[in-house]
Amino acid sequence: MCVVCGCSSPLVAPQVHPHTGDLHFGAGAARVSVPGLSQERTIQMEVDVLGANKAVAQQNRAHFASHGVSAFNLVSSPGSGKTTLLCASIVALRKRAPDVPVAVIEGDQQTSFDACRIRATGAPAIQVNTGKGCHLDAPMVARAFAQLDLHAGAHAEGHSHGNDHSHAHTHEHTHAPVHEPSARAILFIENVGNLVCPAMWDLGEEAKVVILSVTEGEDKPLKYPDMFAAASLMLLNKVDLLPHLRFDVVKCIDNARRVNPGIRVLLVSAETGQGMDAWLDWVLGVEA
Amino acid sequence: MHEISLAGGILQVVEQACARDPFERVTHLRLQAGALAGVELSALRFALDSLAPGTLLEGAQIDIDELAGRAWCMHCSTSVPIFSRLDLCPLCEGAPLQPTGGTDLKVVDMRVV
Repeated sequence: MCVVCGCSSPLVAPQVHPHTGDLHFGAGAARVSVPGLSQERTIQMEVDVLGANKAVAQQNRAHFASHGVSAFNLVSSPGSGKTTLLCASIVALRKRAPDVPVAVIEGDQQTSFDACRIRATGAPAIQVNTGKGCHLDAPMVARAFAQLDLHAGAHAEGHSHGNDHSHAHTHEHTHAPVHEPSARAILFIENVGNLVCPAMWDLGEEAKVVILSVTEGEDKPLKYPDMFAAASLMLLNKVDLLPHLRFDVVKCIDNARRVNPGIRVLLVSAETGQGMDAWLDWVLGVEA
Repeated sequence: MHEISLAGGILQVVEQACARDPFERVTHLRLQAGALAGVELSALRFALDSLAPGTLLEGAQIDIDELAGRAWCMHCSTSVPIFSRLDLCPLCEGAPLQPTGGTDLKVVDMRVV
């Protein structure tokens, strides 16, 4: 700000006052014009580069909570069996908890193959193609969630958000009497198959679930530590194949705990159904 | 290659600062990358170099300070510096360690004209 008249004209001197035409040679950052001295100034920032994503992720989190939705971010390398496990989980959930709606946001660089596989189970799915992108981010999830029935359905029922959030609703609110959403709902977010980048992007999920299949190496938690550190649960998938493989389950779990002492581990097989009950207990939050 | 997204995030932070407090361009940009932030510094530099032309960052000198990570050693019951998630405790050479800091990428400050 100019110390002479209080104008907020920025940048290099001299500046012409917009009203009077006066020239200010001391309006720059140095507040004085000295030949040879630049008007360079320092701006203190201390800003988290992922702060904008984290802010949207927090909005998502509040949004999910207000809709009674538990959201889980499923991460793994390509080929771990994420989509197969997800299809099996949806079918098993429907038998076990038919009143709990399930929906899926599918992240892939290209194609809607995975969303088609999910829809074939009867669950609604929105495919998000990231193009060249290697991960989903919080704004993508916000947009995708707005398309889902989990979201629209709850609004049609009439309810009140417990918090102030702004999102692009494509439907009219019919805010009837305030009540907590009656049925909990589950949202699975299947991230782009990649054990590196998705670790850094908070989507607003309740937890990250990392899926590692036993046809991969037991050393993967050490090779990709950021992802295993970010996850709350590791699903060791395709365990029906263990008799045919040299895969040291104990060593794999030790490796995961080395980078994340608190990580939970469950052994599952989408093929045989082994471990699915324990996994669904975890998803439904009813484990002992 | 999430460093491209991070470079985009850095430019966004700079543009937002410019909207609040206008300037012509950045001459020096100082970043701080925690050792556990999951950022490959050479990839981030490459991404910033690719992104800079035609933006407020064109021609800016970019310094990236790498900050050690912090972790809690459950054996020693104390906070210790680490440089990777696989490091052992520098005091007892034991594991596991629970990382507690050095996980952020930040824009610290910048010189502008």
